[in-house]
Amino acid sequence: MTPAARRGINIVMSGVAALAAALVVLPLLVIFGFLLWQGASAVNVDFFLHLPKPVGEAGGGMANAIVGTLILVVLAAALGLPLGIFGGLYLAESRDRRLPWLARFVADVLNGVPSIVIGIFAYTVIVLPMKRFSALAGGFALAVIMLPIVVRTSEEMVRLVPSSMREAALALGIPEWKVLLRVVLPTARAGIITGVMVAIARVAGETAPLLFTAFGNRFWHQGLDQPIAALPLQIFAYAIAPYDDWHRQAWAGALTLIGLVFVVSLAARVVTSGRFTGVR
Amino acid sequence: MADGILVKDLNAWFGDHHVLHDIGIAMAPKAVTALIGPSGCGKSTFIRCLNRMHEVVPGARVTGGVRVEGQDVYAPGVDPVQIRRKIGMVFQKPNPFPTMSVFDNVVVGLRLGGMRERAVLHEAAERALRQAALWDEVKDALGKSGVSLSGGQQQRLCIARALAVEPEVLLMDEPCSALDPIATAKIEELILELRSTLTIVIVTHNMQQAARVSEATGFFLLGELVEFGVTRQLFTNPRDKRTEDYITGRFG
Ligand SMILES: Nc1ncnc2c1ncn2[C@@H]1O[C@H](COP(=O)(O)OP(=O)(O)OP(=O)(O)O)[C@@H](O)[C@H]1O
Ligand SMILES: [Mg+2]
Repeated sequence: MTPAARRGINIVMSGVAALAAALVVLPLLVIFGFLLWQGASAVNVDFFLHLPKPVGEAGGGMANAIVGTLILVVLAAALGLPLGIFGGLYLAESRDRRLPWLARFVADVLNGVPSIVIGIFAYTVIVLPMKRFSALAGGFALAVIMLPIVVRTSEEMVRLVPSSMREAALALGIPEWKVLLRVVLPTARAGIITGVMVAIARVAGETAPLLFTAFGNRFWHQGLDQPIAALPLQIFAYAIAPYDDWHRQAWAGALTLIGLVFVVSLAARVVTSGRFTGVR
Repeated sequence: MADGILVKDLNAWFGDHHVLHDIGIAMAPKAVTALIGPSGCGKSTFIRCLNRMHEVVPGARVTGGVRVEGQDVYAPGVDPVQIRRKIGMVFQKPNPFPTMSVFDNVVVGLRLGGMRERAVLHEAAERALRQAALWDEVKDALGKSGVSLSGGQQQRLCIARALAVEPEVLLMDEPCSALDPIATAKIEELILELRSTLTIVIVTHNMQQAARVSEATGFFLLGELVEFGVTRQLFTNPRDKRTEDYITGRFG
C-alpha cells in the first residue's frame, strides 16, 4: 500500500469514528436540550423551596419530592452499598467455587429483573407486613436494584488489583482481613466509586418500584415509616394530569433529576481524583 | 546451631506440579546467601517456602521442615502472619502500594500491626529509609505517591518497607532485575551493610552479583539443589559438572 493510500484510509476511518462518537452523544444532547426548553420556564426559586399547590392553583414546587428522592437514595445506599461492596469483595477473593458461582448467577439474574417486579417484591415483604406504604419500603426496593450493579462492579474492580499488591502486604505480616480492607479495597476504590455512581444514577430515576412502596406524598417527609414523595413519582403524576402548569413542572422535575445525577457524578469524580488512586 | 535458616527434605507443589525435590540446606545467620539457577528451576518457590508465602497461591502445597532463627516455621499452630513479620521479603518487581504516599508505604507494616504513635512511625520511617539509602532522595517528598518514584527508588522503597518492621531475615527475589547499574550498585552496597544485622537470602541471575555480595551460594536446577557451598569456591572450583556448565555459560 502506498503512503498516500494509507493516509487516505486513515482520514476516512478517523472520520467514521468521529461520526460514531457524535451519534452516541447526540441523543443525550437532544434530551438535555429538550428538557431545558420545556422545563426551564418552570424552574424558579419556588420550585425548589415550596410544596405542590392544590389542584387548580398555579405556582408551588416540588421541594418535598426533591428531598424525598434524596432520602430514598440515601436509604437505598445505606442498605445496598455495604452489602454490595463486601459481597463483591467476597466474590473476588473467595477460593470456594460453588457459592460465588451461585451468588454471581443470582446477581446477574437480579440485574435483568424488571424493576416493577422488584417493587412487587418490596410490597410483599415490607408494605404488606407493615400495613402501609413507606419510605423504608421504597428505599429497600431501590437497594435491591442497586445491589447487583454494586456487587458486580466491586468484584471486577477488586479483581483488577494485581496479586502483587496482596502478596506485598501479606509478606509484611499483615493479617489477611486487614490486607483486604486496608490495601486491596482502597486500591480498587476509584473503580468501585464509579460503579456506585452508576447504581445511584440508575435508582434515582426509578419510578415503577416506588409506585406501591414509597407511594408518593404531597407533603414534607413525615418519617421513614410513612409514604414519601419522590421526583420520578411526582413527574409521572404531573405529566399525566390535564393541566399545562403541571406539565411544565413535570419537565422542570425531570431537569432537576438529571441535574441531581449530574452533580452527584461530578462530586464523585472530584472526590476520587484527589488522593493517589489505584485501579480505575 | 539453632540460628540461621535450616531446611530439611523440603518439597513443594503447585497443584500436581512437583517443583521442589528434597531440598536440604543450612544457611548461616547474619550472612548473605545467594541462590542461582536457570529460569523456572524453583528459586522463587524455594524462598517463598521460607516465609510461608508459597501457600498463598491456590493449590500450592509444601512438605518438609524449615527452621528460621530457631523457630519451626511449619510447626502446627504457628501463625504464618507472625512468621512473615519476622521474615521480610522483597519482590522481583517493585510493588509499592499505589494508594499510599512514600511515608505510608514505609510504615504500613507497623501501622497495620497496631502502632499509632506518630513519633514512633516517623522515627521508624526515617531509619528504614536511611538503611535503604533512599532518605536523602525522598525526605522532602514523603507525602508524594509511592508510585511516582523511579523504578530504582520504588525498589528501595520496598526494601525500606520490609526493613521498617525490623525483620530478622530478609528474602530478596531478584531485587535488581529491573534496575540500572547505578541503582543496582546502591542495593548491593545496602546488602553489604545490612548483613551485620540480618540474615539475607538473595536470588539472582547475575553471577557477578552473587560473587560480590554473598558468602555462600546455592545452585538450583530443575527443582533440586545441585550444589551449595562457599561462594568463591563454587564459582572457581565447582564440585558438580552441572554447576560448572551453568556458571561457564555452557548450559542449554
Ligand atoms: N503461581 C504458580 N502457579 C503454578 N505454577 C507455578 C507458579 N509459580 C511458579 N510455577 C512453576 O513452578 C516452577 C518454578 O517456578 P519459580 O518461579 O520458582 O522459578 P524461578 O527459579 O524463580 O524462575 P525465574 O528465575 O524465572 O524467576 C516453574 O515450573 C513454574 O512454572
Ligand atoms: Mg523467580
